[in-house]
Amino acid sequence: MAKQPAAIVGIGQTHHRAKREDVSMAGLCREAIDRALADANVSLDDIDAIVVGKAPDLFEGVMMPELFLAESLGAAGKPLLRVHTAGSVGGSTAIVAASLVQAGVHKRVLTVAYEKQSESNAMWALSVPVPFNMPVHAGAGGYFAPHVRSYIRRSGAPTHVGAIVAAKDRQNALKNPYAHLRNPDTTVESVLASQVLWDPIRYDETCPSSDGACAMVIVDEDTAAASSNPAWIHGTVMRSEATTAAERDQVNPQAGRDAAAYLWKQAGITDPLAEIDAAEIYVPFSWFEPMWLENLGFTAEGEGWKLTESGGTAMDGRLPVNCSGGVLSSNPIGASGMLRFGEAALQVRGAAGEHQVDGARKALGHAYGGGSQFFAMWVVGADKPSN
Amino acid sequence: MSRTLSAPVTVAFDYTRSTGPVLGRFLTGLREKRVVGVRTSEGRVVVPPPEFDPVTHQQVDDFVEVADTGTVTSWTWVPEPVKGQPLARPFAFALVTLDGADAPMVHALDVSSPDQVRTGMRVRIRWAEERVGAITDIACFEPAEDAAAGTATQLGDLGDNPVTGVITPVELDYLYAASPEESSFYRAIAEGRIIGQRCPTCGKVYVPPRSACPADGTPTTDEVELSHTGTVTTFCIVNVPFLGQRITPPYVSAYVLLDGADIAFLHLILDIPAEEVRMGMRVKAVWKPREEWGTTIENISHFSPTGEPDADYDTYKHHL
Repeated sequence: MAKQPAAIVGIGQTHHRAKREDVSMAGLCREAIDRALADANVSLDDIDAIVVGKAPDLFEGVMMPELFLAESLGAAGKPLLRVHTAGSVGGSTAIVAASLVQAGVHKRVLTVAYEKQSESNAMWALSVPVPFNMPVHAGAGGYFAPHVRSYIRRSGAPTHVGAIVAAKDRQNALKNPYAHLRNPDTTVESVLASQVLWDPIRYDETCPSSDGACAMVIVDEDTAAASSNPAWIHGTVMRSEATTAAERDQVNPQAGRDAAAYLWKQAGITDPLAEIDAAEIYVPFSWFEPMWLENLGFTAEGEGWKLTESGGTAMDGRLPVNCSGGVLSSNPIGASGMLRFGEAALQVRGAAGEHQVDGARKALGHAYGGGSQFFAMWVVGADKPSN
Repeated sequence: MSRTLSAPVTVAFDYTRSTGPVLGRFLTGLREKRVVGVRTSEGRVVVPPPEFDPVTHQQVDDFVEVADTGTVTSWTWVPEPVKGQPLARPFAFALVTLDGADAPMVHALDVSSPDQVRTGMRVRIRWAEERVGAITDIACFEPAEDAAAGTATQLGDLGDNPVTGVITPVELDYLYAASPEESSFYRAIAEGRIIGQRCPTCGKVYVPPRSACPADGTPTTDEVELSHTGTVTTFCIVNVPFLGQRITPPYVSAYVLLDGADIAFLHLILDIPAEEVRMGMRVKAVWKPREEWGTTIENISHFSPTGEPDADYDTYKHHL
């Protein structure tokens, strides 16, 4: 049986900040949820099921958020699911929520993802020494920096491409009232002048640590009829792979390539660069923009940096990438993937405000997690899919 | 000798919780020896207060103060308290409905034997001497058979120094167990040897060996003695200090592909300025003095340049 059509009719997010000491985790989630419900013009009583995602447990010291959040999320008497795929969790949570509608199980599903990084220390949580092993781990930046170096070597990219991405996303963030970092003075030169934290990754090429949440209301075809601007789901995909394997491609992982190929096929897209009007790609370190452009098939291998360097990923470029400012400007880790998915939906709904890409009809939301081992993606469109 | 190696691990962190305005009021009240609850839209008084109304889903705002006396509605006996529990001697965990409340809260009840507890008994809060705005401000409940019944009243002013956060120390102690394949690797390391194992299905040499080859799920088997020299495939220079760091920055964290292995592992590069480390650089293991050896990769202090010409890119490009 074919999937049932499903659409996003409500999107909400918090104003992302370094510290939201004025709200609890439940309160943070409800800020995003209440905005999503208001956007969808429904109440919690109209919701059939709730799907929640958050960052890895050690990040916040909360192992079973669904237990203590159930009542605040309005889940009493309803199915409540939790999804867990490291940094990609926001994306995979949205996909699980969408699948409940696409499968015909529920008509109106609320999904929410959050993180309060200020309550803990993600760098510590990612670097807990493992017995017998060499204690050279140094957080996410320490993990990804060697692979960024490999990308630069393999592609022959000039070393300032990462700074182009960082300056672009920080400037885009100024157009997004919800973005965490607001640094109007960020330029390619200022990024290049910032401290090198995990050589070759500089401070300004790194995502911030944020508190924030994102929520969406995903509904069936009948319910979507009441919305003036639903974002229709044209395809969803998740793929995983081993973190460490002999000759595993850490720069251009197989799981990401396979996921993208299947996603484009589902969405009936044969030339993603020409057919996608806006992309929200999970870029926590600036170099991942060109790396994922290649992995997603927007460019040939080794060519991603050329699109970035040419300005092709700027808001007025051929493929606007991260018009919201992206993960580089707001990073509540557990919510970051859902923000990508939600921002893609805002674009095709024409509801992205100052960072709207004119006339966007099809958009990509993308998230990855772990050691580039989990991938989650969706394509959303202004038109109901024909397939 | 056990087939596998294991070692204790403690993961501990003091998480800083933001309470939000509702739980913040409850904790502020405890600091002042006052018990704050909330009246829900259905008229029920609940302590501690839920943040959001169970029916309307709105944030609660009808705060009340209830008595510090109440009635046990159910209980269980704790004969052997564990670390972190409210009392170090045997006690009861009790559900207590405070006078003025319509729903019970759970806390410790200080009695010396289960004979002294019964459902329906009257109890009173024993306040902690020093109160900081945390649930532990209630030291426990104690019997108070003669306590008169109290009632709920509208909450008055709690002062201008509200509790907004609590610190929640979390500590996890567990035993990390290496797999049999890894254990054989670390035992060889303790003898100054580096061994890998070949996957019988795909033929790749894994170091450390694996219980399940990531490509095909087969345990690695055939032991391969590996060279102590190899090639830096890629690396990063860690300049950033962080909580729990064991090596002082700056340091070079590098993937080293030992000659004869099909997978690189992370180790430290020394004896060369960090900015001179290169992809393709040839390196050799530098071992600590033998008397410091154990079953750990840290027997290898670091890797050091061999002085050979750099490896050709084509020899390691499939390991990036």
